[in-house]
Amino acid sequence: MKIIKHSFDGVIVGAGGAGLRAAIEAAPHMKLAVITKLYPTRSHTGAAQGGMSAALANVEEDNWNWHAFDTVKGSDYLADQPAVDILCKEAIDAVIELEHWGLPFSRLENGKIAQRRFGGHTVKEGEAPAFRACYAADRTGHMILQTLYQKCVSMGVEFFDEFQVLDIKIEDGVCKGVIAFELSTGDIHIFETRAVTFATGGFGKIFKVSSNAHSLTGDGPGILYQKGIPLEDMEFYQFHPTGIYRLGILLSEAARGEGGILRNKDGERFMERYAPSIKDLAPRDMVSRAIATEISKGNGAGPQNDYVYLDLTHLGAETINKKLPDITDFVRTYVKIEPINEPIPVQPTAHYAMGGIPTDVNGRVLSDEKNTILPGVYAAGEAACVSVHGANRLGTNSLLDIMVFGKRAGQSMLEYVSKTKASSISDSSSDDLVKKINNLIEKEHTDEFSVGRIRNDLQESMEKNTKIFRTEETLSEQTKILEDLRERYENVTIFDKGKVFNTELMETIELDYLLDMSESTVASALARKESRGAHSRQDFPERDDAEWMKHSFAFKNGNSATLRYKDVELGKYEPMERTY
Amino acid sequence: MDIDLKILRYDPESDRKGHWEYYTVEADPEERILDLLHKIKWFEDGTLSFRRSCAHGVCGSDAMVINGENMLACQVLVKEVSNPITIEPIRGLPVVKDLIVDMDPFFDSYKKIMPYLINENEPGERERLQSPEDRDKIEDTTKCILCAACTTSCPVFWTADSYIGPAAIVNAHRFIYDSRDEGSKQRLEILKDVNGAFRCRTAFNCTSACPRGIQVTKAIEDVKRETLLNN
Repeated sequence: MKIIKHSFDGVIVGAGGAGLRAAIEAAPHMKLAVITKLYPTRSHTGAAQGGMSAALANVEEDNWNWHAFDTVKGSDYLADQPAVDILCKEAIDAVIELEHWGLPFSRLENGKIAQRRFGGHTVKEGEAPAFRACYAADRTGHMILQTLYQKCVSMGVEFFDEFQVLDIKIEDGVCKGVIAFELSTGDIHIFETRAVTFATGGFGKIFKVSSNAHSLTGDGPGILYQKGIPLEDMEFYQFHPTGIYRLGILLSEAARGEGGILRNKDGERFMERYAPSIKDLAPRDMVSRAIATEISKGNGAGPQNDYVYLDLTHLGAETINKKLPDITDFVRTYVKIEPINEPIPVQPTAHYAMGGIPTDVNGRVLSDEKNTILPGVYAAGEAACVSVHGANRLGTNSLLDIMVFGKRAGQSMLEYVSKTKASSISDSSSDDLVKKINNLIEKEHTDEFSVGRIRNDLQESMEKNTKIFRTEETLSEQTKILEDLRERYENVTIFDKGKVFNTELMETIELDYLLDMSESTVASALARKESRGAHSRQDFPERDDAEWMKHSFAFKNGNSATLRYKDVELGKYEPMERTY
Repeated sequence: MDIDLKILRYDPESDRKGHWEYYTVEADPEERILDLLHKIKWFEDGTLSFRRSCAHGVCGSDAMVINGENMLACQVLVKEVSNPITIEPIRGLPVVKDLIVDMDPFFDSYKKIMPYLINENEPGERERLQSPEDRDKIEDTTKCILCAACTTSCPVFWTADSYIGPAAIVNAHRFIYDSRDEGSKQRLEILKDVNGAFRCRTAFNCTSACPRGIQVTKAIEDVKRETLLNN
């Protein structure tokens, strides 16, 4: 394999919403490279559906403080309130900016951006559901991704498409560059740079049933975790209530925002019992738990009583076709039923990591629980944990997060680059990686240690033991399984020995990150002896504010994690009981 | 049930040209073609190479020729195609390995039509207004996911890869018909070129190939008409 060296002021890893937004900020003022293992337009931001919230008040009175209240309450009071204030205040400009760049938002009769209801968003601190989510039919993420990419094309941003970043070089606590693998040739590229932003997205592929793309394997968090950088709040993983049964394909909360109703096998609107005031529009953690509870009580539908129905039949063909065209097409394509006439079988699906690489509100990566900044390294989007989502993210706040904190990460890169001098990276800096790859390729292939089998066992066991409800017993069981899987991974072998598009090799390296994500998730979940947001411990069913108003920081320690903690930054909203 | 697959394979490091390989996998009728490819790759032959990401028809990675027609492998179920299933790379772009083609020429064409909003006026502090009726004019063409299923189904493109292709024209349409955009003249000038919209022979392959249901041929006809009006 050839080794090729490049020199840039800044590098962004990942070309979804957060990476592209950071690029738009940084590119005009520095020599910038955006590196993505896909083509930018294949990024998973494009799969986001329902909307992006901002208190534009286009439909009714609204106020960013109410948005902040909802976000904090939705987070089960684990979000850092100063960061939430930034998110909700800057949301308004973030939406307007996208419109100015050409995003084709759906419109109201008066020509303004249309807004719809979404789970957990209310007016006047809980009074009634709010029309806050700005949307483009049910393909808002697609339009955001396209618009940001189009903006980058117009600016001449330099992309390295289908290059997979596999290592970061940090010397004496300072960033020196990243090492990438060019998929089409198998060549190694050393990117000398003093500023790197990780915007690699989530890691839903640790679970079997997930709304996530195959590419969402926690690459950015994994690379940093292996270098001793902690991961924050990993026990908080969101399960979206309405994935298509068995496939996990997302059916947006917008379906319920437009009036869709969840029903059990008897046709009962069971959310009335769990969230009497906002019912089907309760936050995702509560709705997913309600579904899991209905199923465990035998109220699930189907031959195995293991799903519930999302009922849109009362909405009428016009609303469905106009406002929910994509998701109802998914139902037609994959379930072969007509959602205008029939209710849709759904089950919770692994969806979003609230946790990730710890950052401050400017996207600067923190290397410990004492807020020590790692110079030159930034993170944004799902890969990062600011934390604005706390223990449970509200729908629409992820598209907002990528825009607000992607921009801030880009600004931080700029500021850092303008204040520091270029430093050099040695030609031997890719040696470890080359050795690792050669070792993998040279080992003789055996079926037992194939990436497919190990990953399959990982996903099935994580699904079984760590999904919506957890206990000491299931988490301990999973700890043992992970030890065994890690041991098998040490012996992993690959069949493909070629250089060109060796995607099996890349999947093998991604599996290492998936194991890291799983190990840190399980260790953090085992340690947190309370239930908060998406983390539900049946053996500790109550939220414990006296003991647990703190963020977890998991540091890699062999095949497990050492945990340290940081207090939540509070603000004007006092923690209260979370009822809806 | 057992499903037979016949896949056109090509390894640039050992093959001089493509060859067929045959596989049999067990599958449910509800499974996606992509699931079958994964079964082969993960449990039988790790060298089989193809692109994929979202697995539900929105990222545009896995366009391929399935039983002779351009489709996304993640959008077609086993029960919808006849057995045996033949899978080939999309046509008209150079094959790099197995089902992976070089997408750079495709994206180069896309970039040629200035795929971004052009409007030099200061937009002000709030959103530009657009009526729902104006917004509806671009509803269809904004759905494009750049999967190349349309362009690589086009017989004109197969014989002349200098043709800018349906996908680029669809994306030009998306801006030409956007009431907020002021770059139509420049784009229409580009599309008037010998390799532009008038190369289209209305074969309608692109419309049937589009996994997003975009009326591609209609969009091309719209653009041709605008080009004439623009003269």
